[in-house]
Amino acid sequence: MPRSIQNKSDRLIGKDGIRVDGRRLDELRPIKMEVGILDKADGSAYIEQGKNKIMVAVFGPREAHPKHVALTDRAVLRCRYHMAPFSTEERRSPAPSRRDMELSKVIREALEPAVISQLYPRTTIDVFAEILQSDGGTRCASITAASLALADAGIPMRDMVAACAVGKVDGEIVLDPCDIEDKNGEADLPVAIMPNLGMITLLQMDGKLSKEEFERGLNMAIKACVEIHGRQREALKNKYLEIERSMEEYGGEEQ
Amino acid sequence: MVKDMPLNVQRREIVIPGELLADGKYLAGANTIKEGDAIYATRVGLANIEGNRIAVVALAGCYIPAVGDQVIGRIVDIGLSGWQVDIDAPYPAMLPASEAVDHRQEHLKQDLTRILDVGDLIIAKVLAFDRTRDPLLTIKDQGLGRITSGRVVKISPAKVPRLIGRKGSMISMIKRETGCQVIVGKNGRILVSSRYPFREQVAVAAIYKIDREAHIEGLTDRVREMIRRMIMDASIHPE
Repeated sequence: MPRSIQNKSDRLIGKDGIRVDGRRLDELRPIKMEVGILDKADGSAYIEQGKNKIMVAVFGPREAHPKHVALTDRAVLRCRYHMAPFSTEERRSPAPSRRDMELSKVIREALEPAVISQLYPRTTIDVFAEILQSDGGTRCASITAASLALADAGIPMRDMVAACAVGKVDGEIVLDPCDIEDKNGEADLPVAIMPNLGMITLLQMDGKLSKEEFERGLNMAIKACVEIHGRQREALKNKYLEIERSMEEYGGEEQ
Repeated sequence: MVKDMPLNVQRREIVIPGELLADGKYLAGANTIKEGDAIYATRVGLANIEGNRIAVVALAGCYIPAVGDQVIGRIVDIGLSGWQVDIDAPYPAMLPASEAVDHRQEHLKQDLTRILDVGDLIIAKVLAFDRTRDPLLTIKDQGLGRITSGRVVKISPAKVPRLIGRKGSMISMIKRETGCQVIVGKNGRILVSSRYPFREQVAVAAIYKIDREAHIEGLTDRVREMIRRMIMDASIHPE
């Protein structure tokens, strides 16, 4: 059962090792992923991770506008991370903030190693991540969903990118911190990996972690990313398997 | 298959980017990359194994022009010496005036709109294209030029090979069964024309079905059955 916190002195982790939202220390929030939900985009994905709700659309490869951003030897990857005005408890200005700009860059750099951009010189690939509802860990969920949307658009990639964060709360290393844990925690460590190639594409840290805590946290995050990758694979294949299933149902009705 | 060469996927299995297809002395085909001896998929598609070559038949993706491709495009702009054509590719295509009219009709250059205007649809062929320059089109060959009648429908360019079928089996079946003329642009735009609007409708429905169910086996039979049923239903219950 979720417990709300009345004041800051309340501990975020109970004596039984259960967190504010009822999870164990190494437990992910429930995740739901769906692929191909927008008709107008070349590729799209929707992710729910706990209370996070994020929609990602991918366009491209398409003609570069303005033309001077194009590169002669590869496609340019452009990302826009944006939080909707209604995504937080207090209304958020829809204008891109400093934080939005930074996260756009971070997400782009987490995806860039995976995209085989040399195949489409002089073009751009545009990724739009729209946060509909936020509850901590949106950058990681955006990366996970963006990689799904890129795959859905048929853009060649070396591997999928799966991301997950680890935090330090009440002196404990916890997986996938939610908003309360993130804001009152002591450290935050977002990680993105390419699971099949075994490469890290994003590694940030704020707050303080000891060397031992960092290593434990990183391993925890990588393990979670592998789990998330399994869900990504399911979601991508589901898009096509669903057509098959609906077809069988339709065929069955007729006979 | 050679022993001790593990194959990770079955034929026609849906794969996703980064999925390990095989490890061993295989050749990497389309939409795959090789890291050491391991072959990984780079796009969502169906695994295809031919001899010792492993490839992925993509299920999504944009159209990339290739020299000799027949495409269907829309005129978007007129310049002094030619037209700019939208062919649904990441690169804008050019149709020079010299590739549209004979040199003898030089005087026509005065007013290019008299030949093709903005919004006109054309069947064209890719004359030249490489990664450094934008595609160049021609409408000088037989069967090319402005589209004057019929319906143009759009499907994913990745599904075009499926629409054509092995040695053209699918497309010739659609033409035969519906009696429509069907012209397939490699860029995923398809022109369907017939004297009977209903038959056009049937052919379009068949094309959309192929776009949706390209990854499921036994497609030709299902499409044929659908076309026959639609035509039969219409003859039993005429509007």
